[in-house]
Amino acid sequence: MSALIRYISKPHPLTGVTNAKLGTWCFLASEMMLFGGLFSAYVLLRAGSTAWPRGSELLNVPLATLNTLILITSSVTMVMSWASLIMKQEKGTGTSKVPGTFSFYMGSTILLGLAFLVVKAFEYGSKFSHHHFPGTDIFYGIYFTLTGLHGLHVIGGILLNTYFLFPGSRLWQTEPEQFTGRIECAGLYWHFVDLVWIFLFPVLYLL
Amino acid sequence: MKHDSHPLPFWRKYIFSTDHKVIGVQYAVTGLVFLLFGFALMMLMRWQLAYPGKPFPEWIAKMFSDQQMISGIMLPEFYNQLGAMHGTIMIFLGVVPLAVGGFGNYILPLQIGAPDMAFPKLNMMSYWSYFLGGVTMFASFFVPGGAAQSGWTSYPPLADIATVGQTVWLFGMVFLITSSLLGSVNFIVTTVQLRADGMSFFRLPFFVWAQFVTSFLLLLAFPPLEAAAVLQLMDRLAGTSFFLPSGLVVAGKVLERSGGGSPLLWQHLFWFLAHPEVYVLILPAMGIVAEVLACNTRKPIYGYKGMVYSVVFLGFMSFIVWAHHMFLTSMGTVMSSFFQITTMIISIPSVIILTALVLSLWGGSIRFNTPMLFAIAFLPMFGMGGLTGLPLGLAAADIHLHDTYYVIGHFHYVVAPGTIFALFAGIYHWFPKVTGRKMSEFLGKLHFWPSFILMNGIFFPMLLMGLAGVSRRLWDPTQYAHALPTQPLNVLMSFCAWGMALAQVPFILNFFGSIFFGKKVNENPWEATTLEWSAPSPPPHGNFENPPVVYREPYEYSVPGQKHDFWPQGMKEEN
Amino acid sequence: MEHAEVQKHVKIYISVFVALAALTVITVAVSYLHLPFKQAVLAALAIAGLKGSLVAGFFMHLLSEKQIIFSVLALTFIFLLAVLLLPVISV
Repeated sequence: MSALIRYISKPHPLTGVTNAKLGTWCFLASEMMLFGGLFSAYVLLRAGSTAWPRGSELLNVPLATLNTLILITSSVTMVMSWASLIMKQEKGTGTSKVPGTFSFYMGSTILLGLAFLVVKAFEYGSKFSHHHFPGTDIFYGIYFTLTGLHGLHVIGGILLNTYFLFPGSRLWQTEPEQFTGRIECAGLYWHFVDLVWIFLFPVLYLL
Repeated sequence: MKHDSHPLPFWRKYIFSTDHKVIGVQYAVTGLVFLLFGFALMMLMRWQLAYPGKPFPEWIAKMFSDQQMISGIMLPEFYNQLGAMHGTIMIFLGVVPLAVGGFGNYILPLQIGAPDMAFPKLNMMSYWSYFLGGVTMFASFFVPGGAAQSGWTSYPPLADIATVGQTVWLFGMVFLITSSLLGSVNFIVTTVQLRADGMSFFRLPFFVWAQFVTSFLLLLAFPPLEAAAVLQLMDRLAGTSFFLPSGLVVAGKVLERSGGGSPLLWQHLFWFLAHPEVYVLILPAMGIVAEVLACNTRKPIYGYKGMVYSVVFLGFMSFIVWAHHMFLTSMGTVMSSFFQITTMIISIPSVIILTALVLSLWGGSIRFNTPMLFAIAFLPMFGMGGLTGLPLGLAAADIHLHDTYYVIGHFHYVVAPGTIFALFAGIYHWFPKVTGRKMSEFLGKLHFWPSFILMNGIFFPMLLMGLAGVSRRLWDPTQYAHALPTQPLNVLMSFCAWGMALAQVPFILNFFGSIFFGKKVNENPWEATTLEWSAPSPPPHGNFENPPVVYREPYEYSVPGQKHDFWPQGMKEEN
Repeated sequence: MEHAEVQKHVKIYISVFVALAALTVITVAVSYLHLPFKQAVLAALAIAGLKGSLVAGFFMHLLSEKQIIFSVLALTFIFLLAVLLLPVISV
């Protein structure tokens, strides 16, 4: 069936992209609108509030800085896992097993994603132990909602990457080009999650 | 094309199918069932409106519990549930799935000469996500306190403190939004990437353009509503107060919440979706009407390029008019003026499209078959809907008309005799493609004429009632003195509505009967030009015997010097 | 993509990473300066914007992306702007 559909692994001659890549960017466009709507809600609520606390006084800035660095690092390993596939593909040795460098970098990306969640869990835990819940006030409400939704996106990315590290990587043996394209798309998503955090971090923690 | 010839088991072929045609039919049938269900909810409301506080006939009253009716008298809470769910079901579960999920899925790949959608598995997930959303919405009637009752707009703070049905509604919406996103990504990629050779953007049938623009609206307008739904879910489940102001008093008691939120925030996020959503409801309908008109006037659409530019502009403008739903929220004269001007501007492309469609009739040799009747009826009906919208778009006039029956009349003229008539036109038009058989013309006309008259009987009096100042969402309008003179109109509207239900009987008979007994036809019974008619009826898996090539514009009817009065897009030689 | 080109890219990725890490430290440092609110917002958003552009430009290789992707993104940005201007309207 899928053999009938064109431009799955080779780019369209006129647009220059594969179906999956265009689809991923469309999906990311809608994600931008989702987080855009939430950012805008944040600004509106903050503008309407009489006393908005400074994030750095209530939240743990060092932990969040650590988390920022973790996510940035994971973005590098993610892009490296894709680059390692391209290099193998060029050498023409990509028909057997998925390259070890790919597994290394992809595995690192997943572990870094998990590390991010562990740090986040510590942060949440300390807030809960001080009886700070989403219902405490509007600041904690928006803090838990935005970081929680971002956390869900991280979990989604980890699941996706884990799929491509293990069962999904079988595609490499038959369709190396298509598999590389999929990793590129998974990467686009993962970088987007990183990008959202890059904005969440100063907005929630520093301002 | 023989590589996929192994037979699929039944459940893979018809239930969890990845074929765009099966998914299209699944969408269309589910959408039709929900349309009927939403219509049934409205008919219940119409009894209460015609005879406020009078008990229902016993055979109807028997079907409802004590939380819904007491000794046959509808409770106000149940009336509110019916109102909220009628809107939700008609829009999100009926019209959009039928227009976009059904027609879009089935026709769009065929019209651009593609073998399937770009992502068949996503397509299947889109349908099943929609199905889950539908089941969730339906199930919400059976939770304690009943379904959502804060209107389809779910305005807080009411919605924040409503019964658990509102939470179920929000979860249902999350499923429906997911479904729309998956679908729209699929439509955009399919249209951009999978057009047949020679099918340039300006050779696309207008229907495809309409679906393409619609997909962008769904893709970019739904996420802010999803954001709002997440915030409202947090308000309801995690105790936040995003939409609750400080010191809110409910039933004489101060609500024990931290407060500090803004009910207006919901309205902004909601209408940021919901105004483009209006165009999601109408654009596919315009696309269908354009196809049916071109085919049955036997001449090209008047001003095809102008229509394409208009539909793109329309989609674009639909994102910056949303606050015209909020003129009464004290947003200031500067902002009111801005949104009133954008609202007037957006009427220009709509008028261009409608005018072009009307002018397409001029000089045509019109075939008055059933799809054509519905398509022609669309033109004045949508015109009524559009024109009655102008006073609502002007901030000053809106102060009087806001939240009255005039609003209900206005948008129902757009959606009911407008979009739904176009959808009927589409069903009669493409039924031979899907089944290989034609629907009965006699039953079709028996369906059309009563529907056309009764539709106006339902919605025109609403405009009058609204002008008299009668508010919407009233369980019993007669408790206001100014509503008493228009109360007889409510009785008339209710009888028209129940008659409308009878008028659908020929359609239902025709629809199911024609599947088995309809007249067998060849692959191009209407002698149309677009690509879907060059595929076999019903099209096999993969659609075309050979990948089609396109040689000309979509509506080459009555070309001078040709032997036949239609020249298909995919035909190389003269016809 | 050529092998040598990828090697070059890998070097770029490492430099981008260093820049991102440095900018993270800078934005935290700036927050300890306790600037007036408006300047603090501008500084934080400018740094975040720069970091975001680096991620989008290099990791998501938007700098060498095709026209069609830009068209989709340009459209999205217009509507994103509309949604971000929403608080202005309601004040």
